[in-house]
Amino acid sequence: MEKSTAHIDYNNAVISIRDLQKSFGDYHVLRGIDLDIFQGENLVVLGRSGTGKSVLIKLISGLLRPEEGSINVLGNNVLALNDKELQQLRVRIGFSFQNSALYDSMTVRKNLEFPLVRNRKGITRKEINVAVEEVLEGVGLSQTINQMPSELSGGQRKRIGIARTLILNPEIMMYDEPTAGLDPITCIEINDLINEVQQRYHTSSIIITHDLTCAKSTGDRIAMLLDGQFQRVGSFDEIFETDDARVKPFYDYNFIQ
Amino acid sequence: MDTASTTPPQHNPGSKIRKRVADFFVDLYRIGGFTARFFKEAFVAPFEFKELIHQCYQLGVRSLPLISLTGFIIGIIFTKQSRPSLLEFGATSWLPSLVSIAILKALAPMVTAIIASGKVGSGIGAELGSMRVTEQIDAMEVSGTNPFKYLVCTRVLATTLTIPLLATYTALIALLGAYLNISANEGISYSAFMGEVFDPIDFIDINQSLVKAIVFGFTIGLVGCYQGYHSNKGTEGVGKAANNAVVIAMFLIFIEEILIVQITGWFR
Repeated sequence: MEKSTAHIDYNNAVISIRDLQKSFGDYHVLRGIDLDIFQGENLVVLGRSGTGKSVLIKLISGLLRPEEGSINVLGNNVLALNDKELQQLRVRIGFSFQNSALYDSMTVRKNLEFPLVRNRKGITRKEINVAVEEVLEGVGLSQTINQMPSELSGGQRKRIGIARTLILNPEIMMYDEPTAGLDPITCIEINDLINEVQQRYHTSSIIITHDLTCAKSTGDRIAMLLDGQFQRVGSFDEIFETDDARVKPFYDYNFIQ
Repeated sequence: MDTASTTPPQHNPGSKIRKRVADFFVDLYRIGGFTARFFKEAFVAPFEFKELIHQCYQLGVRSLPLISLTGFIIGIIFTKQSRPSLLEFGATSWLPSLVSIAILKALAPMVTAIIASGKVGSGIGAELGSMRVTEQIDAMEVSGTNPFKYLVCTRVLATTLTIPLLATYTALIALLGAYLNISANEGISYSAFMGEVFDPIDFIDINQSLVKAIVFGFTIGLVGCYQGYHSNKGTEGVGKAANNAVVIAMFLIFIEEILIVQITGWFR
């Protein structure tokens, strides 16, 4: 069933990227990217491994700097911000890492408290507890509150990683390979969670994946990264109605094999 | 992301040497930048007091058992090894003075620093290295926290503050070991021992040891943090960061020891 796109405000781009270029040594990863992500939209970025999908979201969040181009996030020119301004912008962006990146030395509770305590000055202990319990309940893992990350399964770690970003009520979510390395049932749960986050928190999201089930069930729009550029952007069906030898194998592998 | 495939393998020994030399200077430049960033960020608000105290506890208090044992043994061994030489000249009464000069001026800061670089420096390198390769440092950065301030500044300050305290503690424990040995063999009283211990030590000696311990502590923290913070290449990189943290810190400690002794010599 196609997702409804009625909630998307196509007149309001929360992220605008123009002519973005990034290289590592002689290897040109991104060769002039143009992209808009609209308010309330889930945009899936598809592409082969090593094509620069993760690099793209690291550039958007200011973890990497491009050689050329411009990145505008929530009305801010990311490349012109100083450290303090960038830090303030990052609080409005949630970043879910491929390997969850939970802090090993902290319990789940401390992991969730960390961004809250550091970014909400004057917050009381009671407010922290309420926020932590609420966000944990939201991802269905209230029972793990006192566990260490090493005691969690891969799927649980992903959910806690998402919960840690949600605790700051971000306006934009960026998911880096949210279903990588998970079993099919957990993948479905994560996909449902991504859609739930979109509806409940009214976030705009970028989802980096090469899992077409994830792309189909979470994406309002798909952007296919080929040879360092977005060569195909559209709905899932529009993307795969092609005989392009660089695109077809994705579909065939995911849905025929 | 795989970028290795774009670079052809180099077999020419000349180019390898050139690359190593270039890497060395790049590293030197980056260490300079890292040190400058520490001084730029460590003393500017907001301060991470809570994390600093946590790190002082982790790095300092947890090193106490090892430091205690090592200091005590060094005190006994040094006394035992020195006795025969003094005995030849009938000068065993000089043992407390000899031991105190050796311990307070050289052994305490040096031994503490070497133990700390093995235990604390490698720990910092491995911890930050592991955080780097598992993207925990990036996660901290995107959640609106300055990881350099939170992870690096606190650890470097913690080692700079705790190593002098640990060195003082090592000196006291080593002197205790020395006293027990001298007392058992020469039958000297505690008050006579302490009198002779501090007799040959002056203000410059104490300051020299203190400066050494502060510089060693700073070096251990900075090298450990630098290696860990710039770690890459997965788990192999973490091991390398921990190993480099110890080797480079020890090398620098010996160089610093020579320099500080030389410089303080000019004030006498």
